[in-house]
Amino acid sequence: MAYLDITGLQKSFGANRVVKDFNLTIAKGEFVSLLGPSGCGKTTVLRMIAGFETPSAGAIRIEGQDMVALRPNQRNVGMVFQAYALFPNLTVAQNVGFGLKIAGVSVKETADRVADMLALIGLPEKGTSFPFQLSGGQQQRVALARALAVRPRVLLLDEPLSALDAKIRVSLRAEIRAIQQRLGITTIFVTHDQEEALSMSDRVVVMNGGIADQIGTPFQIYNRPATRFVAGFVGSLNVFEAVVQDPDTGVVTLGATTVALNQPLPRPKGAPIGIAMRPEAAQLGRVAGHDIVLQGRISEVHFMGSVIRIKAEVAGSTILLDTFNRGNTPPPLIGDQAEISMSANDFIVLSG
Amino acid sequence: MTLGKFWAWSTFALCLTFFIVPLLGMTEFSLRMRRGVYSFDAYASVLNDPQFWQTFSYSIVLSLFTILLGSLIVVPTAYWVRLKLPKLRPLVEFITLLPLVIPSIVIVFGYIRMYNTSSFLPLLGTSLGTDVLLTCGYVIIALPFMYRAVDTGLRAIDIATLTEAAQSLGASWFTIIARVILPNVLVAVLSGAFITFAIVIGEYVLAALLDRPAFGPYLVWSGSNKAYEPSALAVISFAITWGALGLIQLVSRFNKHTKAQH
Repeated sequence: MAYLDITGLQKSFGANRVVKDFNLTIAKGEFVSLLGPSGCGKTTVLRMIAGFETPSAGAIRIEGQDMVALRPNQRNVGMVFQAYALFPNLTVAQNVGFGLKIAGVSVKETADRVADMLALIGLPEKGTSFPFQLSGGQQQRVALARALAVRPRVLLLDEPLSALDAKIRVSLRAEIRAIQQRLGITTIFVTHDQEEALSMSDRVVVMNGGIADQIGTPFQIYNRPATRFVAGFVGSLNVFEAVVQDPDTGVVTLGATTVALNQPLPRPKGAPIGIAMRPEAAQLGRVAGHDIVLQGRISEVHFMGSVIRIKAEVAGSTILLDTFNRGNTPPPLIGDQAEISMSANDFIVLSG
Repeated sequence: MTLGKFWAWSTFALCLTFFIVPLLGMTEFSLRMRRGVYSFDAYASVLNDPQFWQTFSYSIVLSLFTILLGSLIVVPTAYWVRLKLPKLRPLVEFITLLPLVIPSIVIVFGYIRMYNTSSFLPLLGTSLGTDVLLTCGYVIIALPFMYRAVDTGLRAIDIATLTEAAQSLGASWFTIIARVILPNVLVAVLSGAFITFAIVIGEYVLAALLDRPAFGPYLVWSGSNKAYEPSALAVISFAITWGALGLIQLVSRFNKHTKAQH
């Protein structure tokens, strides 16, 4: 049985249905991200798990126990907020020990556990500081320690990195993931940042318009997006409108080129179909194994360090391609004619 | 000095004169009890008057109860309105402003009508009951100031998120208000408390019409019966009020955790 089980979850604010039939099961110790644009209902789902919102319909169970009837302070669900939400009148140690004091844990054990937590987040010497004396990243780590100190059944992270600057964000996300894995705590992470979701999670739930569009591993979400929305939201994508020639073998025409996608297609012969390709699947020049070669003209070159992002005009449409930087090959010049090769196997068939 | 600055300072000086000159005059007069020389005789006379001490301590005790009762009513109310009923805020603000528009004489006549000895709740029949009523009246008079102070304090912290953080850590409503909200608005509550103190110390109408031995009626009585002492008393009252206002500044300055918030 799943550790956390969400079935048929719905939430309306007046006439506005924010969450429509959301289903998700999470195994113990799993790290799941809810990824989506603002207004997709991801934070509302999280707040319903925490108990800050009451579902209009549906059930939330942790280890088989119904959560919906419980008040937030009875659920033992830890939460970390975007705004840190440390208690400004308490020291770091008092903040971390807050939940333990309420739970009636003895003074000695509280002190031990606070010390453990501060060591875990790498701030053992900050126990007597007040929150305003810490940087944003440090405050958020204390907030994490505070949520973990009571040993919650589930840890909820509501865009915890959004208020931090880029460098801290990257290092803290690795740190959060490491702590999560060390403690084996079941975690739900809400974010609108696909890089965070892909890099940290065991599974990603891509949400759109109040439903889960796709649930899968980061690898699946990125390489086999189930819907047009997921394909467009996660990563950049070249989208082509093709025409189905043979739905059984997956042969389509793309302008003047015939492409065999080697997979059955959900559309009849003659119907238009959206196919897409990641920028890194296309390459400049001929490459072994790439069966499609198109002639193009380079229109934009962005040198980004390890990656060079190139835009090329091919038969009236624009193709985006990412190539690794190699020290012995300078990037192409704008206006150059170039061959762009790709493999039919790299095409993603878009449904929905 | 630019012309703008010149006018600004001139206006300031004019206002200062407007306030200071009568004060100086009063202070000077309070020192002239002994003929021909300046002395503190009037002050000594005031301080040696047992009635001064009785009424003063009575008012201090009542002001403490007023502050306590007022905080107990205002802090949870302002918190709840901000957290759960933000649409009601204009209405609640309007209600808290009513004491500024309704004269206290109306309140006291209402009390006398509602709680006289032949009413269903004859509070005015005993001294203690009257003291309770007087305290309630003071709470009402101080309400606009207390509410505003606390509400401003609440605005400075993110009460919604702090509340949720405390809830997720297992805190009950009582714990949240007592351990999270109150300590973080303590400076605001103290500001409200000092204003309340200043109001209660000088209040006349309620205390006089309920016939209680408060400091306000004593000030008036002394003003109509003595010559130099009232001025000395007025100077003392000013010192107390200004002391209270100074304390507001002091507590907000020495508050260790609310400065330098990000």
